[in-house]
Amino acid sequence: MSDLQAERVWEVFRQEAEGDPMIHSGNVNAPDEELALHYAREFYSRRGESQRLWVVARDAIAELDDPDLLRPPFDRSHKRPGGYIIKHKLEAAKQRASRADATE
Amino acid sequence: MRYAETRMNDTDVIQPLNGRPPYEPGDADAFYAHVGTGGKVEADDWMTDDYRAAVLKFVEMHANSELMGVLPERDWIMRAPTLRRKLALTSKIQDEVGHAQLLYRVAEDLGKPRATMLADLLAGKTKFHNVFHYPTRSWADVGIIAWLVDAAAIVSQQALRDSSYAPYARTMRKICWEESVHVMHGRDVVLTMMSGTDAQRAMVQEALDRWWGPLMQMHGPPTDPAKDKDLHWGIKAKGNEQLRQEFLSIYVPRIREIGLRIPDPALRLDETTARWVYTEPDWDELRSVVTGHGPASQSRLEFRRVNYAATQWVRDAIMGNAAAA
Repeated sequence: MSDLQAERVWEVFRQEAEGDPMIHSGNVNAPDEELALHYAREFYSRRGESQRLWVVARDAIAELDDPDLLRPPFDRSHKRPGGYIIKHKLEAAKQRASRADATE
Repeated sequence: MRYAETRMNDTDVIQPLNGRPPYEPGDADAFYAHVGTGGKVEADDWMTDDYRAAVLKFVEMHANSELMGVLPERDWIMRAPTLRRKLALTSKIQDEVGHAQLLYRVAEDLGKPRATMLADLLAGKTKFHNVFHYPTRSWADVGIIAWLVDAAAIVSQQALRDSSYAPYARTMRKICWEESVHVMHGRDVVLTMMSGTDAQRAMVQEALDRWWGPLMQMHGPPTDPAKDKDLHWGIKAKGNEQLRQEFLSIYVPRIREIGLRIPDPALRLDETTARWVYTEPDWDELRSVVTGHGPASQSRLEFRRVNYAATQWVRDAIMGNAAAA
């Protein structure tokens, strides 16, 4: 049992097609990086379905897990296109413009 | 006036960040409300002990089934009729062992080491699916297993892509993609034999006759949705009977259209309820088989034990090299 303690978890990222983002795919258990890469190839590209493979030791990953920072409980609608509703304003502006044209 | 209305609409843009009830670590009621309404759980999120134990049991049984499920097929590698069939069968077996590895990894993150899961499997303490407790008698069995056993498994595995336990759901997406190849391979084996001689057709019919009972038992007896906690907590998305009905809807026509006879005279689609009616599967046989009393249960476990001991040197070498590095 003690020898198994030496195994580490490696997170696997793969790129499906050239230009795609590296996407997290799963993880493997391996004592070192070299074997982790072999396992990753075996599990995530044995049909040639990956262009590129990364393994990252799980304990090397830092996570921001403060929800108040990640998704602040404030209105952030001004940061999104959907935060600007212009339909009625556009209609009003067009009507006003056409009225102005007609009176010229 | 219109302008004022527009201003009102602007404030409507503020959406709740998440439509599901949030939960704080330690709040079991809020946790169950979360998973009960489509919420997802990641490996390092807080979860109740009961939920963790239920997911672990479910995934461990699934992993065991993938690992034990290759043994009936392994027997036919050396007897495959052509080189291409041998390649396809070997590749399927490699996929299934790969699925076992992925699933043991998912289970390990829930707190049970892989070595302990393998030890429990070899000791007969944990279960694997009923269909892998039976012997394979002919090459037609290879076709029936790859086509229909894998198809029955896919029906439930597709539903697991929506599991509340997100690492399991993601793994199932990859597994389903690979299983779809197995079903085509199996259907091709069966169709090739059905297009052959009378003796070959009889061989497929004989295999179907033997496998139909275990296939009908495979999804388990109908459960009361109110009492099925795996369903309640979103670990699985569909009940046993619903899965069996889906399997029958797709596969009964496909089995019959190629001239095979399903060995259940009571099997029919009730047009008024749109449900399949069938002879009650032998639930006593199911219980007996999955607790290690099937015709091949003990020989399969013994093979695994011998194999595990025989491959100890590989594990030692891997860990020894790592220690030396």
